[in-house]
Amino acid sequence: MKTHNPQVDTPAIEVLSVDKTYPNGTQALLPVDLTVHSGEFVTLLGPSGCGKSTLLKMMAGLLEPSDGRLLLWRKPVTQLDSTGRRLAFVFQEATLMPWARVNANVRLPLDLAGVPRAEADARVAEALALVGLEKFGDSLPRELSGGMQMRVSIARALVVQPDVLLMDEPFGALDEITRNKLDSDLLALWARKKLTVVFVTHSIYEAVFLSSRVVVMAARPGRVVEEIQIEEPLPRGSSFRVSTGFSRYARTLQESLQRASGEAVL
Amino acid sequence: MKRDAVSNAAVSSAATAPLASRPPPSRTAHSTAHSTARRKEPSTPWLSRVEVQRIVYPSLLAAVLLALWQVAVTVFKVPAYLVPSPWMTAQTLVTDAPLLFSAAAVTLKITLLAFSAAVILGTLIAFAFVQSRLIETALFPYAVLLQVTPIVAIAPLLIIWIKNPTASLVVCATIVALFPVISNTTLGLRSVNPGLLSYFKLNRATRWQTLLRLRIPSALPYFFGGLRISSGLALIGAVVAEFVAGTGGTGTGLAYQILQSGYQLNIPRMFAALFLISALGVGLFAAMALLSSWALKGWHESEASNE
Repeated sequence: MKTHNPQVDTPAIEVLSVDKTYPNGTQALLPVDLTVHSGEFVTLLGPSGCGKSTLLKMMAGLLEPSDGRLLLWRKPVTQLDSTGRRLAFVFQEATLMPWARVNANVRLPLDLAGVPRAEADARVAEALALVGLEKFGDSLPRELSGGMQMRVSIARALVVQPDVLLMDEPFGALDEITRNKLDSDLLALWARKKLTVVFVTHSIYEAVFLSSRVVVMAARPGRVVEEIQIEEPLPRGSSFRVSTGFSRYARTLQESLQRASGEAVL
Repeated sequence: MKRDAVSNAAVSSAATAPLASRPPPSRTAHSTAHSTARRKEPSTPWLSRVEVQRIVYPSLLAAVLLALWQVAVTVFKVPAYLVPSPWMTAQTLVTDAPLLFSAAAVTLKITLLAFSAAVILGTLIAFAFVQSRLIETALFPYAVLLQVTPIVAIAPLLIIWIKNPTASLVVCATIVALFPVISNTTLGLRSVNPGLLSYFKLNRATRWQTLLRLRIPSALPYFFGGLRISSGLALIGAVVAEFVAGTGGTGTGLAYQILQSGYQLNIPRMFAALFLISALGVGLFAAMALLSSWALKGWHESEASNE
Protein backbone atom coordinates (compact mmCIF):
# COMPACT_ATOMS: atom_id res chain seq x y z
CA MET A 1 0.00 0.00 0.00
CA LYS A 2 1.79 3.12 1.21
CA THR A 3 5.46 3.08 0.51
CA HIS A 4 6.47 6.46 1.83
CA ASN A 5 9.73 6.95 3.58
CA PRO A 6 9.33 9.52 6.33
CA GLN A 7 13.04 10.30 6.26
CA VAL A 8 13.09 11.73 2.74
CA ASP A 9 9.56 13.17 2.39
CA THR A 10 9.00 16.84 2.95
CA PRO A 11 7.30 17.09 6.32
CA ALA A 12 3.67 18.08 5.85
CA ILE A 13 3.35 19.72 9.25
CA GLU A 14 6.10 20.93 11.53
CA VAL A 15 5.25 22.03 15.03
CA LEU A 16 8.31 23.77 16.41
CA SER A 17 8.21 24.44 20.12
CA VAL A 18 4.66 25.72 19.92
CA ASP A 19 2.83 26.55 23.14
CA LYS A 20 -0.46 28.20 24.03
CA THR A 21 -1.19 30.29 27.08
CA TYR A 22 -4.56 32.01 27.31
CA PRO A 23 -4.69 35.68 28.32
CA ASN A 24 -6.04 34.69 31.74
CA GLY A 25 -2.82 32.76 32.37
CA THR A 26 -4.16 29.24 31.77
CA GLN A 27 -1.50 27.09 30.16
CA ALA A 28 -3.44 25.18 27.53
CA LEU A 29 -0.35 23.60 26.03
CA LEU A 30 3.30 23.37 27.07
CA PRO A 31 5.81 23.66 24.21
CA VAL A 32 5.28 20.88 21.66
CA ASP A 33 7.57 19.58 18.94
CA LEU A 34 5.94 17.37 16.39
CA THR A 35 6.54 16.49 12.76
CA VAL A 36 3.82 14.96 10.62
CA HIS A 37 5.08 13.42 7.39
CA SER A 38 3.23 13.35 4.16
CA GLY A 39 0.89 10.36 4.03
CA GLU A 40 0.90 9.71 7.76
CA PHE A 41 -2.21 9.14 9.89
CA VAL A 42 -1.34 10.75 13.21
CA THR A 43 -3.72 10.65 16.15
CA LEU A 44 -3.59 13.05 19.06
CA LEU A 45 -4.88 11.02 22.01
CA GLY A 46 -5.55 12.35 25.46
CA PRO A 47 -8.15 13.31 28.08
CA SER A 48 -10.19 16.53 28.05
CA GLY A 49 -8.03 19.57 28.67
CA CYS A 50 -4.82 18.07 27.28
CA GLY A 51 -4.71 20.67 24.52
CA LYS A 52 -5.20 18.23 21.63
CA SER A 53 -7.94 20.32 20.01
CA THR A 54 -5.97 23.49 20.70
CA LEU A 55 -2.96 22.02 18.90
CA LEU A 56 -5.11 20.96 15.96
CA LYS A 57 -6.75 24.38 15.69
CA MET A 58 -3.34 26.04 15.73
CA MET A 59 -2.28 23.76 12.86
CA ALA A 60 -5.32 25.00 10.92
CA GLY A 61 -4.62 28.62 11.77
CA LEU A 62 -7.86 28.93 13.73
CA LEU A 63 -5.86 29.77 16.86
CA GLU A 64 -2.62 31.69 17.16
CA PRO A 65 0.22 30.00 19.07
CA SER A 66 1.51 32.02 22.00
CA ASP A 67 5.04 31.10 21.03
CA GLY A 68 6.89 28.84 18.61
CA ARG A 69 6.44 28.25 14.90
CA LEU A 70 4.02 26.15 12.92
CA LEU A 71 4.83 25.25 9.34
CA LEU A 72 2.84 23.46 6.65
CA TRP A 73 5.18 22.32 3.86
CA ARG A 74 7.77 24.62 5.36
CA LYS A 75 5.49 27.69 5.14
CA PRO A 76 3.34 29.41 7.77
CA VAL A 77 -0.33 28.47 7.46
CA THR A 78 -1.17 31.97 6.15
CA GLN A 79 0.99 31.30 3.09
CA LEU A 80 -0.40 27.86 2.45
CA ASP A 81 -1.87 28.93 -0.90
CA SER A 82 1.63 29.60 -2.26
CA THR A 83 2.60 25.95 -1.70
CA GLY A 84 -0.28 24.71 -3.86
CA ARG A 85 -1.31 22.43 -1.00
CA ARG A 86 -4.75 22.41 0.55
CA LEU A 87 -5.98 21.81 4.03
CA ALA A 88 -9.40 20.75 5.22
CA PHE A 89 -10.83 20.67 8.72
CA VAL A 90 -13.59 18.48 10.09
CA PHE A 91 -15.20 19.69 13.31
CA GLN A 92 -16.59 17.73 16.21
CA GLU A 93 -20.09 18.63 15.05
CA ALA A 94 -21.10 18.26 11.43
CA THR A 95 -21.51 22.10 11.30
CA LEU A 96 -23.73 21.98 8.23
CA MET A 97 -25.91 24.87 7.15
CA PRO A 98 -29.40 23.69 8.18
CA TRP A 99 -31.11 25.72 5.46
CA ALA A 100 -29.04 24.30 2.61
CA ARG A 101 -29.38 20.93 0.91
CA VAL A 102 -26.56 18.43 1.09
CA ASN A 103 -25.28 19.40 -2.37
CA ALA A 104 -25.08 23.07 -1.43
CA ASN A 105 -23.41 22.25 1.88
CA VAL A 106 -20.70 20.20 0.21
CA ARG A 107 -20.28 22.84 -2.51
CA LEU A 108 -19.75 25.61 0.05
CA PRO A 109 -15.92 25.68 0.07
CA LEU A 110 -15.90 25.71 -3.74
CA ASP A 111 -18.49 28.50 -3.83
CA LEU A 112 -16.41 30.51 -1.38
CA ALA A 113 -13.35 29.99 -3.56
CA GLY A 114 -15.24 30.99 -6.70
CA VAL A 115 -15.01 27.66 -8.51
CA PRO A 116 -17.30 27.68 -11.61
CA ARG A 117 -20.64 26.04 -10.96
CA ALA A 118 -20.38 23.18 -13.46
CA GLU A 119 -16.97 22.08 -12.21
CA ALA A 120 -18.11 22.50 -8.61
CA ASP A 121 -21.18 20.33 -9.15
CA ALA A 122 -19.08 17.55 -10.67
CA ARG A 123 -16.69 17.62 -7.74
CA VAL A 124 -19.56 17.63 -5.25
CA ALA A 125 -21.02 14.51 -6.86
CA GLU A 126 -17.60 12.86 -6.71
CA ALA A 127 -17.09 13.77 -3.03
CA LEU A 128 -20.57 12.52 -2.09
CA ALA A 129 -19.85 9.25 -3.86
CA LEU A 130 -16.63 8.88 -1.84
CA VAL A 131 -18.61 8.95 1.42
CA GLY A 132 -21.45 6.83 0.03
CA LEU A 133 -24.10 9.56 -0.03
CA GLU A 134 -24.54 10.00 -3.78
CA LYS A 135 -28.32 9.55 -3.40
CA PHE A 136 -28.73 12.19 -0.70
CA GLY A 137 -27.65 15.36 -2.49
CA ASP A 138 -31.14 16.84 -2.36
CA SER A 139 -31.76 16.07 1.31
CA LEU A 140 -31.72 18.64 4.07
CA PRO A 141 -29.29 18.01 6.95
CA ARG A 142 -32.09 17.46 9.46
CA GLU A 143 -33.43 14.60 7.36
CA LEU A 144 -30.16 12.68 7.85
CA SER A 145 -28.89 10.67 10.81
CA GLY A 146 -25.95 11.90 12.88
CA GLY A 147 -23.58 9.54 11.10
CA MET A 148 -24.78 10.64 7.68
CA GLN A 149 -24.43 14.31 8.64
CA MET A 150 -20.82 13.58 9.62
CA ARG A 151 -20.31 11.93 6.22
CA VAL A 152 -21.58 15.10 4.56
CA SER A 153 -19.11 17.07 6.65
CA ILE A 154 -16.30 14.78 5.47
CA ALA A 155 -17.47 15.11 1.86
CA ARG A 156 -17.34 18.90 2.29
CA ALA A 157 -13.72 18.47 3.44
CA LEU A 158 -12.80 16.12 0.58
CA VAL A 159 -14.34 18.30 -2.12
CA VAL A 160 -11.43 20.74 -1.91
CA GLN A 161 -9.10 17.79 -2.68
CA PRO A 162 -7.03 18.39 0.44
CA ASP A 163 -3.52 17.19 1.08
CA VAL A 164 -3.99 17.44 4.82
CA LEU A 165 -7.17 16.55 6.67
CA LEU A 166 -7.41 17.81 10.24
CA MET A 167 -10.18 16.13 12.23
CA ASP A 168 -11.29 17.26 15.68
CA GLU A 169 -13.03 14.31 17.40
CA PRO A 170 -15.27 13.97 14.36
CA PHE A 171 -17.08 10.82 15.48
CA GLY A 172 -17.20 11.61 19.21
CA ALA A 173 -20.95 12.16 19.28
CA LEU A 174 -21.83 8.99 17.36
CA ASP A 175 -22.70 5.55 18.68
CA GLU A 176 -19.94 2.96 18.67
CA ILE A 177 -21.25 0.88 15.76
CA THR A 178 -21.61 3.91 13.49
CA ARG A 179 -18.24 5.18 14.64
CA ASN A 180 -16.50 1.89 13.80
CA LYS A 181 -18.02 1.95 10.34
CA LEU A 182 -16.94 5.53 9.74
CA ASP A 183 -13.46 4.76 11.07
CA SER A 184 -13.12 1.91 8.56
CA ASP A 185 -14.37 4.09 5.72
CA LEU A 186 -12.05 6.91 6.72
CA LEU A 187 -9.06 4.58 6.74
CA ALA A 188 -9.95 3.36 3.25
CA LEU A 189 -10.29 6.95 2.04
CA TRP A 190 -6.95 7.88 3.58
CA ALA A 191 -5.20 5.05 1.74
CA ARG A 192 -7.01 5.69 -1.52
CA LYS A 193 -6.57 9.47 -1.60
CA LYS A 194 -3.04 9.41 -0.11
CA LEU A 195 -4.10 11.91 2.51
CA THR A 196 -2.18 13.16 5.48
CA VAL A 197 -4.50 13.03 8.46
CA VAL A 198 -4.19 14.48 11.96
CA PHE A 199 -7.02 13.07 14.03
CA VAL A 200 -7.98 14.13 17.55
CA THR A 201 -9.73 11.59 19.75
CA HIS A 202 -10.10 10.51 23.35
CA SER A 203 -10.80 6.92 22.37
CA ILE A 204 -7.85 4.53 22.73
CA TYR A 205 -9.51 2.00 20.43
CA GLU A 206 -10.14 4.55 17.71
CA ALA A 207 -6.51 5.67 17.98
CA VAL A 208 -5.14 2.13 17.63
CA PHE A 209 -7.42 1.23 14.76
CA LEU A 210 -6.75 4.31 12.66
CA SER A 211 -3.26 5.52 13.29
CA SER A 212 0.14 4.99 11.89
CA ARG A 213 1.37 6.98 14.89
CA VAL A 214 -0.31 7.97 18.15
CA VAL A 215 0.76 11.10 20.03
CA VAL A 216 -0.19 10.57 23.67
CA MET A 217 -1.05 13.76 25.54
CA ALA A 218 -1.82 14.61 29.16
CA ALA A 219 -3.76 17.38 30.87
CA ARG A 220 -3.10 20.05 33.50
CA PRO A 221 -0.99 21.41 31.96
CA GLY A 222 -1.61 20.15 28.42
CA ARG A 223 1.48 18.45 27.03
CA VAL A 224 2.77 15.71 24.74
CA VAL A 225 3.89 12.66 26.68
CA GLU A 226 4.91 10.04 24.21
CA GLU A 227 4.68 8.95 20.58
CA ILE A 228 3.77 5.37 19.77
CA GLN A 229 4.05 3.83 16.32
CA ILE A 230 1.27 1.39 15.33
CA GLU A 231 3.02 -1.15 13.09
CA GLU A 232 -0.04 -2.85 11.66
CA PRO A 233 -0.18 -3.17 7.88
CA LEU A 234 -3.11 -1.97 5.80
CA PRO A 235 -5.83 -2.74 5.02
CA ARG A 236 -7.00 -3.09 8.59
CA GLY A 237 -10.22 -5.08 8.60
CA SER A 238 -12.63 -5.36 11.47
CA SER A 239 -10.78 -8.52 12.54
CA PHE A 240 -7.92 -6.22 13.61
CA ARG A 241 -10.24 -4.85 16.32
CA VAL A 242 -10.35 -8.23 18.06
CA SER A 243 -6.75 -9.32 17.42
CA THR A 244 -4.13 -9.72 20.12
CA GLY A 245 -1.99 -7.09 18.40
CA PHE A 246 -4.83 -4.59 18.81
CA SER A 247 -5.20 -5.33 22.52
CA ARG A 248 -1.45 -5.08 23.00
CA TYR A 249 -1.39 -1.60 21.45
CA ALA A 250 -4.48 -0.59 23.41
CA ARG A 251 -2.78 -1.70 26.61
CA THR A 252 0.39 0.23 25.74
CA LEU A 253 -1.61 3.39 25.15
CA GLN A 254 -3.67 2.83 28.28
CA GLU A 255 -0.54 2.48 30.38
CA SER A 256 1.04 5.52 28.77
CA LEU A 257 -2.06 7.61 29.56
CA GLN A 258 -2.16 6.35 33.14
CA ARG A 259 1.53 7.02 33.71
CA ALA A 260 1.04 10.53 32.37
CA SER A 261 -1.85 11.28 34.68
CA GLY A 262 0.14 9.96 37.62
CA GLU A 263 -2.09 6.98 38.30
CA ALA A 264 -0.73 3.60 39.31
CA VAL A 265 -0.34 1.28 36.35
CA LEU A 266 -2.22 -1.94 37.00
CA MET B 1 -39.32 15.62 15.37
CA LYS B 2 -41.59 15.33 12.39
CA ARG B 3 -42.21 11.66 13.03
CA ASP B 4 -43.03 12.38 16.67
CA ALA B 5 -45.66 14.88 15.67
CA VAL B 6 -47.19 12.45 13.24
CA SER B 7 -47.31 9.58 15.68
CA ASN B 8 -48.71 11.83 18.42
CA ALA B 9 -51.46 12.97 16.11
CA ALA B 10 -52.19 9.37 15.25
CA VAL B 11 -52.31 8.34 18.90
CA SER B 12 -54.68 11.15 19.78
CA SER B 13 -56.84 10.34 16.79
CA ALA B 14 -57.09 6.74 17.92
CA ALA B 15 -58.04 7.91 21.41
CA THR B 16 -60.55 10.59 20.52
CA ALA B 17 -62.18 9.47 17.31
CA PRO B 18 -64.27 6.34 17.69
CA LEU B 19 -64.31 5.94 13.91
CA ALA B 20 -60.60 5.22 13.75
CA SER B 21 -60.12 1.49 14.05
CA ARG B 22 -57.88 0.52 16.93
CA PRO B 23 -54.86 -1.66 16.19
CA PRO B 24 -54.76 -5.20 17.57
CA PRO B 25 -53.97 -5.11 21.30
CA SER B 26 -51.28 -7.78 21.13
CA ARG B 27 -48.55 -5.43 19.87
CA THR B 28 -46.48 -3.18 22.06
CA ALA B 29 -47.59 0.38 22.57
CA HIS B 30 -44.58 1.78 20.72
CA SER B 31 -44.88 -0.27 17.58
CA THR B 32 -48.63 0.23 17.34
CA ALA B 33 -48.25 3.97 17.64
CA HIS B 34 -45.79 3.86 14.82
CA SER B 35 -47.63 1.52 12.53
CA THR B 36 -50.88 3.46 12.98
CA ALA B 37 -49.02 6.59 12.03
CA ARG B 38 -47.87 4.92 8.84
CA ARG B 39 -51.09 3.20 7.94
CA LYS B 40 -53.76 5.61 9.10
CA GLU B 41 -52.25 8.95 8.18
CA PRO B 42 -53.97 9.36 4.80
CA SER B 43 -57.39 8.33 6.16
CA THR B 44 -57.24 10.35 9.42
CA PRO B 45 -60.73 11.79 10.06
CA TRP B 46 -60.55 15.42 9.05
CA LEU B 47 -61.58 16.71 12.48
CA SER B 48 -58.55 15.13 14.16
CA ARG B 49 -56.08 16.89 11.90
CA VAL B 50 -54.16 19.54 13.77
CA GLU B 51 -54.57 22.22 11.11
CA VAL B 52 -58.35 21.70 10.98
CA GLN B 53 -58.60 21.74 14.77
CA ARG B 54 -56.69 24.98 14.88
CA ILE B 55 -59.48 26.67 12.92
CA VAL B 56 -62.49 24.69 14.12
CA TYR B 57 -61.94 24.91 17.89
CA PRO B 58 -61.51 28.70 18.16
CA SER B 59 -64.44 29.15 15.76
CA LEU B 60 -66.65 26.95 17.92
CA LEU B 61 -65.65 28.95 20.98
CA ALA B 62 -66.41 32.19 19.15
CA ALA B 63 -69.84 30.89 18.10
CA VAL B 64 -70.67 29.92 21.69
CA LEU B 65 -69.50 33.25 23.12
CA LEU B 66 -71.35 35.27 20.47
CA ALA B 67 -74.52 33.27 21.12
CA LEU B 68 -74.21 33.89 24.86
CA TRP B 69 -73.64 37.60 24.21
CA GLN B 70 -76.68 37.78 21.90
CA VAL B 71 -78.86 35.96 24.42
CA ALA B 72 -77.68 38.08 27.34
CA VAL B 73 -78.26 41.36 25.49
CA THR B 74 -81.75 40.23 24.40
CA VAL B 75 -82.83 38.75 27.75
CA PHE B 76 -81.57 41.63 29.92
CA LYS B 77 -82.72 44.22 27.34
CA VAL B 78 -79.37 46.01 27.34
CA PRO B 79 -79.71 49.22 25.31
CA ALA B 80 -77.68 49.34 22.09
CA TYR B 81 -75.90 52.59 23.14
CA LEU B 82 -74.27 50.57 25.99
CA VAL B 83 -73.67 47.13 24.47
CA PRO B 84 -74.93 46.34 20.98
CA SER B 85 -75.72 42.73 20.18
CA PRO B 86 -73.40 40.84 17.81
CA TRP B 87 -76.21 40.74 15.28
CA MET B 88 -76.66 44.48 15.40
CA THR B 89 -72.89 44.96 15.07
CA ALA B 90 -72.91 42.75 12.01
CA GLN B 91 -75.80 44.70 10.54
CA THR B 92 -73.96 47.97 11.14
CA LEU B 93 -70.90 46.48 9.49
CA VAL B 94 -73.00 45.88 6.39
CA THR B 95 -75.00 49.15 6.35
CA ASP B 96 -71.95 51.31 7.16
CA ALA B 97 -69.69 49.24 4.94
CA PRO B 98 -68.62 52.04 2.53
CA LEU B 99 -67.65 54.32 5.42
CA LEU B 100 -66.02 51.66 7.60
CA PHE B 101 -64.15 49.81 4.87
CA SER B 102 -62.70 52.96 3.36
CA ALA B 103 -61.58 53.90 6.87
CA ALA B 104 -60.07 50.42 7.27
CA ALA B 105 -58.26 50.89 3.97
CA VAL B 106 -56.72 54.13 5.27
CA THR B 107 -55.60 52.49 8.48
CA LEU B 108 -54.27 49.49 6.60
CA LYS B 109 -52.34 51.74 4.21
CA ILE B 110 -50.70 53.61 7.09
CA THR B 111 -49.97 50.34 8.89
CA LEU B 112 -48.37 48.73 5.85
CA LEU B 113 -46.32 51.83 5.00
CA ALA B 114 -45.10 52.07 8.59
CA PHE B 115 -44.42 48.35 8.77
CA SER B 116 -42.42 48.42 5.54
CA ALA B 117 -40.45 51.44 6.72
CA ALA B 118 -39.77 49.75 10.07
CA VAL B 119 -38.59 46.54 8.39
CA ILE B 120 -36.27 48.32 5.96
CA LEU B 121 -34.94 50.78 8.50
CA GLY B 122 -34.69 48.22 11.30
CA THR B 123 -32.84 45.73 9.12
CA LEU B 124 -30.37 48.37 7.94
CA ILE B 125 -29.74 49.49 11.51
CA ALA B 126 -29.26 45.87 12.59
CA PHE B 127 -26.68 45.34 9.81
CA ALA B 128 -24.86 48.46 10.94
CA PHE B 129 -24.89 47.21 14.55
CA VAL B 130 -23.41 43.87 13.55
CA GLN B 131 -20.70 45.37 11.36
CA SER B 132 -19.34 47.63 14.07
CA ARG B 133 -19.44 47.50 17.84
CA LEU B 134 -18.77 51.23 17.86
CA ILE B 135 -21.96 52.00 15.94
CA GLU B 136 -23.97 49.72 18.17
CA THR B 137 -22.58 51.15 21.38
CA ALA B 138 -23.29 54.67 20.19
CA LEU B 139 -26.77 54.06 18.78
CA PHE B 140 -28.32 51.36 20.91
CA PRO B 141 -29.36 53.61 23.84
CA TYR B 142 -31.27 55.79 21.37
CA ALA B 143 -33.05 52.79 19.92
CA VAL B 144 -34.13 51.91 23.45
CA LEU B 145 -35.13 55.51 24.09
CA LEU B 146 -37.34 55.42 21.00
CA GLN B 147 -38.87 52.21 22.22
CA VAL B 148 -39.66 53.30 25.78
CA THR B 149 -41.03 56.78 24.98
CA PRO B 150 -44.83 56.46 24.72
CA ILE B 151 -45.89 57.28 21.18
CA VAL B 152 -48.95 59.17 22.51
CA ALA B 153 -46.58 61.63 24.11
CA ILE B 154 -44.59 62.46 20.97
CA ALA B 155 -47.34 62.05 18.37
CA PRO B 156 -48.78 65.59 18.80
CA LEU B 157 -45.34 67.04 18.21
CA LEU B 158 -44.72 64.93 15.14
CA ILE B 159 -48.13 65.81 13.74
CA ILE B 160 -47.36 69.50 14.14
CA TRP B 161 -43.91 69.13 12.59
CA ILE B 162 -44.90 67.03 9.61
CA LYS B 163 -47.34 68.81 7.32
CA ASN B 164 -48.50 65.80 5.29
CA PRO B 165 -51.05 63.98 7.53
CA THR B 166 -50.32 60.53 6.08
CA ALA B 167 -46.58 61.01 6.49
CA SER B 168 -46.94 62.10 10.11
CA LEU B 169 -49.08 59.07 10.95
CA VAL B 170 -46.64 56.76 9.17
CA VAL B 171 -43.70 58.21 11.10
CA CYS B 172 -45.49 57.67 14.43
CA ALA B 173 -46.38 54.07 13.60
CA THR B 174 -42.88 53.38 12.29
CA ILE B 175 -41.34 54.51 15.57
CA VAL B 176 -43.55 52.04 17.44
CA ALA B 177 -42.84 49.15 15.06
CA LEU B 178 -39.11 49.72 14.65
CA PHE B 179 -37.54 48.28 17.79
CA PRO B 180 -38.50 44.58 17.51
CA VAL B 181 -37.05 44.48 14.00
CA ILE B 182 -33.77 46.03 15.16
CA SER B 183 -33.34 43.88 18.25
CA ASN B 184 -34.45 40.58 16.70
CA THR B 185 -32.45 41.02 13.51
CA THR B 186 -29.33 42.04 15.46
CA LEU B 187 -29.71 39.02 17.71
CA GLY B 188 -30.22 36.81 14.67
CA LEU B 189 -27.20 38.13 12.80
CA ARG B 190 -25.11 37.43 15.90
CA SER B 191 -26.60 33.98 16.56
CA VAL B 192 -24.39 32.14 14.13
CA ASN B 193 -23.23 28.61 14.82
CA PRO B 194 -19.64 29.17 16.04
CA GLY B 195 -18.45 26.03 14.26
CA LEU B 196 -19.80 27.29 10.95
CA LEU B 197 -18.24 30.67 11.59
CA SER B 198 -14.88 28.96 12.14
CA TYR B 199 -15.44 27.00 8.97
CA PHE B 200 -16.00 30.21 6.98
CA LYS B 201 -12.91 31.74 8.57
CA LEU B 202 -10.88 28.64 7.72
CA ASN B 203 -11.95 28.92 4.09
CA ARG B 204 -10.91 32.58 4.07
CA ALA B 205 -14.45 33.75 3.36
CA THR B 206 -14.73 37.51 2.92
CA ARG B 207 -16.89 39.58 5.25
CA TRP B 208 -19.43 39.90 2.46
CA GLN B 209 -19.55 36.13 1.81
CA THR B 210 -19.98 35.45 5.51
CA LEU B 211 -22.81 37.97 5.72
CA LEU B 212 -24.60 36.68 2.65
CA ARG B 213 -24.13 32.95 3.06
CA LEU B 214 -24.06 32.59 6.81
CA ARG B 215 -25.30 35.52 8.86
CA ILE B 216 -28.41 36.38 6.85
CA PRO B 217 -29.77 32.80 6.62
CA SER B 218 -29.00 32.26 10.32
CA ALA B 219 -30.85 35.46 11.18
CA LEU B 220 -34.04 34.60 9.28
CA PRO B 221 -35.88 32.78 12.11
CA TYR B 222 -35.22 35.72 14.45
CA PHE B 223 -36.08 38.24 11.74
CA PHE B 224 -39.47 36.63 11.14
CA GLY B 225 -40.10 36.58 14.89
CA GLY B 226 -39.45 40.31 14.83
CA LEU B 227 -41.81 40.78 11.89
CA ARG B 228 -44.69 39.14 13.76
CA ILE B 229 -44.32 41.48 16.71
CA SER B 230 -43.64 44.49 14.55
CA SER B 231 -46.67 44.01 12.26
CA GLY B 232 -48.99 44.15 15.26
CA LEU B 233 -47.18 47.14 16.68
CA ALA B 234 -47.41 49.00 13.36
CA LEU B 235 -51.20 48.66 13.54
CA ILE B 236 -51.25 49.82 17.16
CA GLY B 237 -49.00 52.73 16.26
CA ALA B 238 -51.21 53.69 13.33
CA VAL B 239 -54.37 53.61 15.45
CA VAL B 240 -52.78 55.58 18.29
CA ALA B 241 -51.45 58.18 15.87
CA GLU B 242 -54.88 58.46 14.23
CA PHE B 243 -56.45 59.05 17.63
CA VAL B 244 -54.05 61.88 18.32
CA ALA B 245 -54.36 63.34 14.84
CA GLY B 246 -58.11 62.72 14.80
CA THR B 247 -58.67 65.38 17.41
CA GLY B 248 -57.05 67.76 14.94
CA GLY B 249 -59.59 66.70 12.36
CA THR B 250 -57.20 65.27 9.77
CA GLY B 251 -57.74 61.51 10.02
CA THR B 252 -60.23 59.35 8.26
CA GLY B 253 -58.97 55.98 9.54
CA LEU B 254 -60.73 53.50 11.80
CA ALA B 255 -59.56 55.27 14.96
CA TYR B 256 -61.24 58.43 13.74
CA GLN B 257 -64.46 56.47 13.14
CA ILE B 258 -64.26 55.15 16.71
CA LEU B 259 -63.81 58.68 18.05
CA GLN B 260 -66.72 59.98 15.94
CA SER B 261 -68.95 57.07 16.99
CA GLY B 262 -68.11 57.88 20.61
CA TYR B 263 -69.14 61.53 20.22
CA GLN B 264 -72.36 60.48 18.48
CA LEU B 265 -73.06 57.57 20.88
CA ASN B 266 -73.19 55.34 17.80
CA ILE B 267 -71.91 52.35 19.77
CA PRO B 268 -72.79 49.66 17.18
CA ARG B 269 -70.59 51.46 14.65
CA MET B 270 -67.84 51.71 17.27
CA PHE B 271 -68.04 47.93 17.78
CA ALA B 272 -67.98 47.37 14.04
CA ALA B 273 -64.87 49.55 13.73
CA LEU B 274 -63.25 47.70 16.64
CA PHE B 275 -64.02 44.43 14.94
CA LEU B 276 -62.35 45.65 11.75
CA ILE B 277 -59.21 46.74 13.65
CA SER B 278 -58.97 43.33 15.30
CA ALA B 279 -59.54 41.64 11.94
CA LEU B 280 -56.71 43.71 10.43
CA GLY B 281 -54.39 42.72 13.29
CA VAL B 282 -55.25 39.04 13.02
CA GLY B 283 -54.82 39.20 9.26
CA LEU B 284 -51.39 40.78 9.56
CA PHE B 285 -50.29 38.23 12.14
CA ALA B 286 -51.53 35.36 9.99
CA ALA B 287 -49.77 36.78 6.93
CA MET B 288 -46.49 37.01 8.86
CA ALA B 289 -46.91 33.49 10.22
CA LEU B 290 -47.51 32.19 6.71
CA LEU B 291 -44.51 34.07 5.34
CA SER B 292 -42.33 32.74 8.13
CA SER B 293 -43.40 29.14 7.70
CA TRP B 294 -42.96 29.43 3.94
CA ALA B 295 -39.42 30.77 4.34
CA LEU B 296 -38.28 28.45 7.12
CA LYS B 297 -40.24 25.33 6.40
CA GLY B 298 -38.14 22.24 6.30
CA TRP B 299 -35.06 23.47 8.08
CA HIS B 300 -35.86 25.45 11.20
CA GLU B 301 -37.11 23.74 14.35
CA SER B 302 -39.85 26.30 14.96
CA GLU B 303 -41.56 25.47 11.68
CA ALA B 304 -40.44 21.92 10.99
CA SER B 305 -42.80 20.35 13.53
CA ASN B 306 -45.83 22.08 12.02
CA GLU B 307 -45.56 20.36 8.66
